[in-house]
Amino acid sequence: MKSVIQQFKEQSRVITKDLRHRNLIQTALGKYEIKRDEKKAAFQSWSSARQAAAEIKWEAINHLDKHLPDFVRRLEARGTVVHWATTAETARDIILKIVRDQKARSIIKSKAMTAEEIHLNDALEHEGFEVVESDLGEYIVQLRKEAPYHIVFPAMHLTRGDISELFTRELGSAPTDNPEELTMIARRALRQKYVTADVGITGANFAIAETGMISITENEGNARLTAALPKVMISLLGIEKVLPRMEDLALFLPMLATAGAGQALTCYNSLYGGPRQPGESDGPEQYHVVLLDNRRTELLADAEQRDALHCIRCGACLNVCPIYRNVGGHTYGTTYSGPIGSVITPHLRGLQEWKHLSFASSLCGACTEACPVKIDLHHHLLQNRRNSAHEKPSVIEKITFKIAGFVMNRPGLYAVVKKLARLFQPLHKLVKGTRLDPAYAWTQSRDLPTLPAESFKDWWKKNK
Amino acid sequence: MSDREQILGRIREALTVTAPKPGAHGTGAGHHGPAVSPGPSSTRQWLPLVGDSFEERVALFRTNSAELKTDFQLLNSREELTAALIKLRDADGWKRIGSHQGELTQVACDALGLPVCRTDATYDVRELEQCDAGVTECDALIAQTGSVLVTSRSAGGRALSVLPPHHVVVVRREKLLPDLQAGFELLKSKYAANYPSFISLITGPSRTGDIERILVLGAHGPKKLTILCL
Ligand code: SF4
Repeated sequence: MKSVIQQFKEQSRVITKDLRHRNLIQTALGKYEIKRDEKKAAFQSWSSARQAAAEIKWEAINHLDKHLPDFVRRLEARGTVVHWATTAETARDIILKIVRDQKARSIIKSKAMTAEEIHLNDALEHEGFEVVESDLGEYIVQLRKEAPYHIVFPAMHLTRGDISELFTRELGSAPTDNPEELTMIARRALRQKYVTADVGITGANFAIAETGMISITENEGNARLTAALPKVMISLLGIEKVLPRMEDLALFLPMLATAGAGQALTCYNSLYGGPRQPGESDGPEQYHVVLLDNRRTELLADAEQRDALHCIRCGACLNVCPIYRNVGGHTYGTTYSGPIGSVITPHLRGLQEWKHLSFASSLCGACTEACPVKIDLHHHLLQNRRNSAHEKPSVIEKITFKIAGFVMNRPGLYAVVKKLARLFQPLHKLVKGTRLDPAYAWTQSRDLPTLPAESFKDWWKKNK
Repeated sequence: MSDREQILGRIREALTVTAPKPGAHGTGAGHHGPAVSPGPSSTRQWLPLVGDSFEERVALFRTNSAELKTDFQLLNSREELTAALIKLRDADGWKRIGSHQGELTQVACDALGLPVCRTDATYDVRELEQCDAGVTECDALIAQTGSVLVTSRSAGGRALSVLPPHHVVVVRREKLLPDLQAGFELLKSKYAANYPSFISLITGPSRTGDIERILVLGAHGPKKLTILCL
């Protein structure tokens, strides 16, 4: 099997030359940028709002030992069953047990990146349960048996033609290139699933410590239906989702919508504080909240990069990242792609295996600039590089830098090397860009400029 | 050791080292300079501006509604409310509606004269699914964002405002609040002793942009949202 780094390199090479992909992504994100800028401008001060959001998240994460138990206690007080899962496997087992105990046949799911992270659908399907994704984008990628392309826009890499073809093949609908008709096909297909599903599974955007509620942000209404109709509801969330106070949402909801999708507010922002309460007419009889660690506490222990846990998964850093925009979401091979994925995946899944993502960056800092909670993303990429080199130094790099240092410290020797380089340059032209080229790693897709006939130093000597 | 104890133990251990406070990227200040923590109420001054008078707030709500494709109507009398409802009923040929107990919902049900699926007590989901509209009240309207604030207690449960294809909100103008902050303050003062299990800010009819980022209304929830404000 190929290593993840080989796969990353190969797929990047192919997809960066795919013009169709490029156009699709540029158009989609171009539309997003216009809307985002318009909504940002409506803020009295976007930069102060970002600072405030960063500080509130800092407070939440750095006092997680208080806020998380508060959140749990208040949820439990109103009849919610809270489960703790140190690993992905435990989380899957907990959910499988709930579903089995219900003797459930069909499960409806609304979008949850944590569920992708623990590969929940595979586990449920493997046990013979039917799981249907209800978010339109997720439903489309589920029918294609693919991972989401983007944490907010799962089907951004597909055209309406692709989707029409897919629906015709999988659902037997008539072909159409009208996005509205396509949406209605999915709406009809999913309506019945809601009414008959025994269990609904959701993620969460925030967990409110003060009131013991989870907050779900969505545009379609699918999460609301998931939380309203099935008898049992399960929410799976990472332990870092906590916000101290309910009114913090007055800041976070507009910021999430603006940074994430260029909306002033997402269509539905709903808070759930338990199963159906006495006197209420609908909602689930049982409500389970599964809290997932899955190495988040390791990231928490790294004080330098702890702020990566402030992430509200808005996707803004993906949208502005030149790497993401060129290689696309699937190339990363991770649940969380883009800059935030490159930062946290080494913590969640191993530094040595995933460090290449931190090297695949121009360190332009666009991500840090875009992040509504001011995560120091591009510095974290640098820190991952440093940490990986400390942990496992590369012999070739070490030797190269030793030689370079040796030469550069000796002006006489350096002058000789320069002379030699000029001498051999015409020969290099013959192999430049081919596999015989010693600088192939560079020249296969980039130019190597020719050295000028005379160096500045020589010129200065003559003309000063 | 249980997973709970393990996780809490790891959290406590991790937090023995303090993380640097968030700095001020892009604002000229140093990366890790000292930061003054804002009280939650002070965030209002950075969010989109809302006017002070009722007229300004209605105007803002109207502008937001237009952008969201919400049908917002400010009405001056019960007669106008009745007429507006009848117009909606006849335009879309409603045959059956869902609704719940309430002063204004009662006015609406009387005006419409259609069979009503009530969601105050246990009801049949399939019956609600067959309804042409869900008529509800709400806790507040939010001028800043053009949102309707509902709870399971004020709007007939969780499903009534999302399952039928048309959501109609009947509300008195006193319920118009300036911003989200005011909305959360209201929730606190009204319910803090015992919150409803479901609270939602509804901002426009259900929508999706999942196909080529093109806006389509009525993804899974209502295709239409009408706010009749008395
Ligand atoms: S790192 Fe920041 S910009 Fe990226 S997804 Fe998370 S919150 Fe959004």
